Amino acid sequence: MSVRRVLVTGVSTYWGGRLAQALERDPDVEVIVGVSPDDPTCELTRTEYVRVGTQHALLKRIVHAADIDTVVDTRLIVDSPAASPRAAHENNVIGTMNVLAACGGAESPVRKVVVKSSAHYYGCERDDPAYFTEDMPRPHPPRTPIEEDIVEAERAVDAFAHRNPEVTVTILRFANALGPDIETSHSALLALPAVPAILGFDPRYQFIHEDDISGVLEHATREDLPGVYNAAGDGVLALSEIASLLGKPLAPILPPWGTGLAAAALRRAGVKLPPEVLQQLRYGRGLDNRRLKAAGYAFRATTRETVQAFAEHLRVRGLRPAQGEAYQYERDVEEFLRWSPAVRGEDRLGLERLSRDQLAELARALESLPRAARLAPRGRSGSATLRTGSPSSAGGAPDAKLAADP
Amino acid sequence: MSARPALPPATRSEDLRDHLPAIEPDRTVTDWGRSERVEGLVDATLSAFLYHYWFRCEVEGIEHVPATGGALLVSNHAGALPPDASMIAKAIQEEHPRPRKLHLTVDTFFKGYPFFSMLVAKIGGVPAHPANVHRLLYDEQQLVLVFPEGAKATAKLYKDRYKLRRFGRGGFVEAAMRAGVPIVPIAVVGAEEAMPTFAHIGALKRLTGLIYFPITPLFPHLGLLGASYLPAKFKLRFLEPVRTDDLGAESWDDKGLVQEVADDVRARIQDELVDMLAKRRSVWLG
Repeated sequence: MSVRRVLVTGVSTYWGGRLAQALERDPDVEVIVGVSPDDPTCELTRTEYVRVGTQHALLKRIVHAADIDTVVDTRLIVDSPAASPRAAHENNVIGTMNVLAACGGAESPVRKVVVKSSAHYYGCERDDPAYFTEDMPRPHPPRTPIEEDIVEAERAVDAFAHRNPEVTVTILRFANALGPDIETSHSALLALPAVPAILGFDPRYQFIHEDDISGVLEHATREDLPGVYNAAGDGVLALSEIASLLGKPLAPILPPWGTGLAAAALRRAGVKLPPEVLQQLRYGRGLDNRRLKAAGYAFRATTRETVQAFAEHLRVRGLRPAQGEAYQYERDVEEFLRWSPAVRGEDRLGLERLSRDQLAELARALESLPRAARLAPRGRSGSATLRTGSPSSAGGAPDAKLAADP
Repeated sequence: MSARPALPPATRSEDLRDHLPAIEPDRTVTDWGRSERVEGLVDATLSAFLYHYWFRCEVEGIEHVPATGGALLVSNHAGALPPDASMIAKAIQEEHPRPRKLHLTVDTFFKGYPFFSMLVAKIGGVPAHPANVHRLLYDEQQLVLVFPEGAKATAKLYKDRYKLRRFGRGGFVEAAMRAGVPIVPIAVVGAEEAMPTFAHIGALKRLTGLIYFPITPLFPHLGLLGASYLPAKFKLRFLEPVRTDDLGAESWDDKGLVQEVADDVRARIQDELVDMLAKRRSVWLG
């Protein structure tokens, strides 16, 4: 199935933002619509951003109006400190319900739905297998609100897949994410001067690099991957190994009994220790990522390489601007850059995205036109799809200029 | 959760063995949490001492352990703090022409108990889960040791020594059949006398959260020193492998056949134990 008109939910999250950026580079993707309750946090050149409420109630109208064929849902909150339990539930359960409602129905143009989920779906327990495969149901009922949300959201997606067999439905269960630009409970823990641990436990950990997050989402968007897939870097490290890769001591400050009480005290001191992280610090978790590899995805980083890259980032952290400061979304500026006739440059036509052969063909077509037609003002006469060019890369495509001005 | 409707199954026709993660040579810990360093240390000190000098292990039939490919080793189990697993591992290290690492399945209880949780994984223990056993046997082609009697064997009292308990529900046979690997039965004599249990204290068991709290010749009155063994003479006999790949397709679904093979393996180990005990003249000298 060709992917031409994509809607990305949660475009303000790291996941959604990176995916939209990746899709923007692909000339075959005609339209990218990003929706989110919050402003985008990274620079987007041709993605159309629409602010929606947390419940995504009006999404159906957007999907139909823009004739969306692929919906990528990166909106799920999987890290509990990121939102209050109530807000997380609203987003994760009610939001998922509405997103799916927008995609379903007889007249729906949607042919593919990709949902970002989390390995928290499996939980962490004593009697877990060392590697969860996608077919293994959760062995115990969820323990924390965030796990409950994830299980419930997945159940809704599953039911949707059954009701709409003509739609390709992909669920991606991501391991804990780690990278310079992404902030999670785990990146906060590993950035502490010592790596906190529970006395007497050395859990197994698996991470996914932030580049693989967007890579996997993009792969699932382009290819048809029906079903559930685990997304995690190769290799499972012991926490002690992670500490030594980071060059930090392992600090078993949490007692094996009464861990919850000690964690509550640490929370007062400002250390983020949500319950699902405590479970991981005790029992650890591993995912079998082979189904995704067999489906053609090649991971760019192993778990070990991910931790090493994170260690490098921690060493130079103070020298680089933080992610939040680098970009500020300003609606009026974006509107101006996209739609104002005053903005100049051939790149507004999107020519820098064409290949050399395509440019040559376009030049020949222009040659064959009557001279008068060629001199017509360009800014206003372009069609809607041609007007979604990138203003930020003016002058970045000399070939495009040469070929377009014969 | 069991009633959960399944998503359309992804294509799983191709063998996922090709997609196993590559080995990262800089690492000294495996994906299972096994640490070369810790294991090497324990092997060179405690295991070597026990194997050569304390238990003076005698090994027969080591050639029955295959040099390549997966195999499921099945043994009888005994002792409050059972020494038989490390002696079997050491026997393969010392006597086999092509020494191989042995993975030991361990009750999941230990994954939840502090310090045991750390140590057991580092010296090659893997939580007893069918998926773990299958991955090791089939995908990674490793040697796996199981004690089908489980904690029923280590908790049994001295008066019941060398009487095999029930062999679980035959899960180990199923695992071997699924992976198509042979079962190698092992009979171990000596472990029963190394740390015999005379009685259990229920109240202390509940207090400590352990699987049992035994009274042995040295424990609990000698405190931590009580965790040492009596110098019984060990004899390990590896028996002829039982093939599982010639039992027909999907043989693991045939519960009757699974039970039959399990009972057969159990009977062979029991017969061998009786034979070895009949020939044994002294508990300490063999």
